[in-house]
Amino acid sequence: MDEKQVGEYSVIGKPIPRVDARLKATGQAKYAADLEEANMLWGFVKRSPHAHARILNIDTTKAERLPGVKAVITGKDFNGFKWGWSRPTRDEEPLATTKVRYLYEGVAAVAAIDEDIAEEACDLIEVEYEPLPGVFDPFEAMKEGAPLVHKDRPGNICVEYHWNFGDVDKAFAESYLIREDTFQTPRMAKGYIEPPAALAHWPNPNRVVFQGAKGSPYFPYRILANCFNLPLSNVRIITPFIGCDFGGTKNDMTNGDFSVVMLAKKAGRPVKIISTQFDTLTTDLRRHPMWVTIKTGVTKEGIITAIHNKIVSDGGAYTRMSPLTHFLTGICMGLPYHLPNFKHDVTCYFTNNPSSAAMRGHGIYHTRFAGDVQMDMMAEELGIDPVEMRMRNIIKNPEPGTIYETINKVHVATAGTEECLQKVAEAVNWEKRKNEEKVVKDNKAYGMGFATGTYLSGTQLSAHNACAAIVRVCEDGSVNYLTGATDVGQGSDTIGSAFVAEVLGIGLEDVDIKRVDTAFTPADPGSYGSRVTVLAGEAAINAAEDAKRQLLEVAAKQLGVLPDEIELKDKKAFVKANHARSIPWFRLVRAACYDAPGRVIIGRGHSTRGTDLHTLADFSTGVGSIGTNYSFTAQAAEVEVDMETGVVRCTDNSVIAHDCGFPLNPPAVETQVLGGSYHQGVSAALYEECKMDKGLTLNPNFVDYKRPRAYEAPMTEVLHVITNDPYGPFGAKEASEGSTCSAPPAIISAIHDATGVWIKDLPAHPEKVFWAMKAKKEQGQKKRKK
Amino acid sequence: MKGTPRELKLTINGKVYELMVKPKTLLVDVLRKELKLTGTRIGCLSSSCGACTVNIDGKAVRSCSVLALQANGRDVTTIEGVADGDKLHPIQEAMVEHGAIECGFCTSGMVMSARALLNENPKPTREEIREAIQGNLCADSGYTKYIEAIEIASEKMQGGK
Repeated sequence: MDEKQVGEYSVIGKPIPRVDARLKATGQAKYAADLEEANMLWGFVKRSPHAHARILNIDTTKAERLPGVKAVITGKDFNGFKWGWSRPTRDEEPLATTKVRYLYEGVAAVAAIDEDIAEEACDLIEVEYEPLPGVFDPFEAMKEGAPLVHKDRPGNICVEYHWNFGDVDKAFAESYLIREDTFQTPRMAKGYIEPPAALAHWPNPNRVVFQGAKGSPYFPYRILANCFNLPLSNVRIITPFIGCDFGGTKNDMTNGDFSVVMLAKKAGRPVKIISTQFDTLTTDLRRHPMWVTIKTGVTKEGIITAIHNKIVSDGGAYTRMSPLTHFLTGICMGLPYHLPNFKHDVTCYFTNNPSSAAMRGHGIYHTRFAGDVQMDMMAEELGIDPVEMRMRNIIKNPEPGTIYETINKVHVATAGTEECLQKVAEAVNWEKRKNEEKVVKDNKAYGMGFATGTYLSGTQLSAHNACAAIVRVCEDGSVNYLTGATDVGQGSDTIGSAFVAEVLGIGLEDVDIKRVDTAFTPADPGSYGSRVTVLAGEAAINAAEDAKRQLLEVAAKQLGVLPDEIELKDKKAFVKANHARSIPWFRLVRAACYDAPGRVIIGRGHSTRGTDLHTLADFSTGVGSIGTNYSFTAQAAEVEVDMETGVVRCTDNSVIAHDCGFPLNPPAVETQVLGGSYHQGVSAALYEECKMDKGLTLNPNFVDYKRPRAYEAPMTEVLHVITNDPYGPFGAKEASEGSTCSAPPAIISAIHDATGVWIKDLPAHPEKVFWAMKAKKEQGQKKRKK
Repeated sequence: MKGTPRELKLTINGKVYELMVKPKTLLVDVLRKELKLTGTRIGCLSSSCGACTVNIDGKAVRSCSVLALQANGRDVTTIEGVADGDKLHPIQEAMVEHGAIECGFCTSGMVMSARALLNENPKPTREEIREAIQGNLCADSGYTKYIEAIEIASEKMQGGK
């Protein structure tokens, strides 16, 4: 089916209103905080006032005596259980028992008849601490004699990789120009508006039901089974609607998630915990802040000869997903520019800050920022136009049937970067604009910057990341599509349903999708690594094909031809050679179900592409294709800089061209590219940063933690580049994580184009830009005096 | 929560309610906890995200920053009262059709801010729309399709296409 062109499809490739949009527009969609059960209690987590301290004693007596309190728990109730992203990294307790490692880490929890009593009871829990000296940035953490966050982790090293491909030293020696710069990416909150919430109850002592804002519900499914020693069959995770995720906290577990389950067990009643935005902004997982020192060599013509990255990263208190994050900082360095020699040294350190984890553009965002900005610096030194510099280095779209292999054996079948870059350069009329003289009007300078990006789709991790789908054809012709993949806002429920409708030749309105429920839906790793459309989508197609095969056997008998001579389309089964010989969909289904011997049509399918074995061990080599396929992006961003105040604003004159293989639902791709990525990139470049003081987040609210609002939103144009990737469903690749990575470098280069200054540490807050412009001016004056 | 409950009489989505509420109770808690109108979302409880926006006497108000008793005698509309039965309000319809909605958590607030705007200013400029929804944070749409959807709704409500 992949060889079909746009226009031949009935459902996909056209604007499809999302299947859940109506529920959301009318307020009927239920998020975790909206759920209630009869006899429900409210939970609250007691948190540590120290960033690093030994817990000497916890006395819960007073809390237990408070009227209205129904259960009090501490970490000891979990009997020494530890959990983590993978077996060797299980370093975190549900609630800390002997030591807290970041400020506001949970140490106890209460369930009571209302929220106020639960909170008051937490205040009555007396915890005796022995405060310990802490480490709050990775440069302190790496010093000899620095306090250890985990006593069994010498040097506070959380994860490190050292890769070496080709001969970097030789390449540098032969290079015409070498630059080494250090770039810094900020500590970003995920910024979801919905604070995580969860509701748990135990229908009997051996069975738990957990409903929470979880983008990867099969993570808590496995973790809770281990934690409470339950068979997986008795762990039921149901996902309500989820108010964004972006990786991290809503993938796995929080102190509140464990607490709500243990409290419900102890109280024998349902318990709900709703986090506050304060909890979210002080304790939820963040993007790793990284210091990326990148050394690049180029020829006189600007062709890259070698790159050596040296990265220091702040992992925070626990390992969480750091092994994957830091693998991702380097694995795609050979994209989208050809890179013949590559060395990568990355070390992530534990600190007493809240833990870091995945966030959109996971890992790649940091090095792409450094690489693309430095490319502009070198282009300027060489006197080469920034678009031309990129064109000279960009990998070409491989001929159909061939593969481009990077130096570390990442395999790419389609790469539309070159076309993306051409399109954006044309869209902003760069050929004309680059020769125009810059005008400063009313103290406002304007600049244009370019960048490209890439991202992997369908992360291929170890085999338990397999996923499947079930398609049930009901006897009236309506269809249930069951998937374990979650839609956290990206629109995958719509696309999965559209795949099923397309394969069965029915309408989107005929396909019903339910929220994920581990009691009924097949296992799936959930929303991360841009995997749902590519992998869960493939499972949906295979399940629908299986149902189709069963129906075609019935149709074949009715039409007197072989099954493969029949097509399903427009709610009919018809003979391909003679469309007039047909049966309506409804009659076909009815015949299949009711005619002797009677059938129940259930299609099942699984994804076969996503489980190439990439394990922790492979991470140390830096070799291999972590993605099923790879998206590409190029963008042009214009900024307006107030030369007096340093305030930078992105203008509407910005264009993103995105190669997502094939846009399955074009408006959804656009909204994703605009909001879920460009906007987030603007945010990283100009606004967002957790301000920290010894583990304390100084700006834990949406007034002081700055995020762009509607008046700061550029009305960016999105252009589609279609490459029809052979490894994606209907030619599709991931949409929009790649474009998260290209926004910050484009904006920083645009600021340089406008002002002549380079801002190497994000975000480019007004004061940073102001001081950089002032320093540049003074330097200029000094030079003139000399 | 301390304080003697007091009488509160208000209209919500066209229906008159008489309730006893404690003085400290926020309007959003009456809506969500007492009346189970959970379409009004809580994001920040500090007036900075706009997810809890409702209309009071036609104006956009953040229900996390109003005491329930302050709404005494007022006419409150929540997201549940915007559509006419199965028929979506043009603002909702435009947001659905135009693909503005992603995770949907900010959507209720967006609809309520837009509704208040178009009540008062049926033909807003793009800048006026941006201003009207500046208090509504959205993490994943980038605002652009919401802004365009409000423009489409405005045109439609004027009798345009």
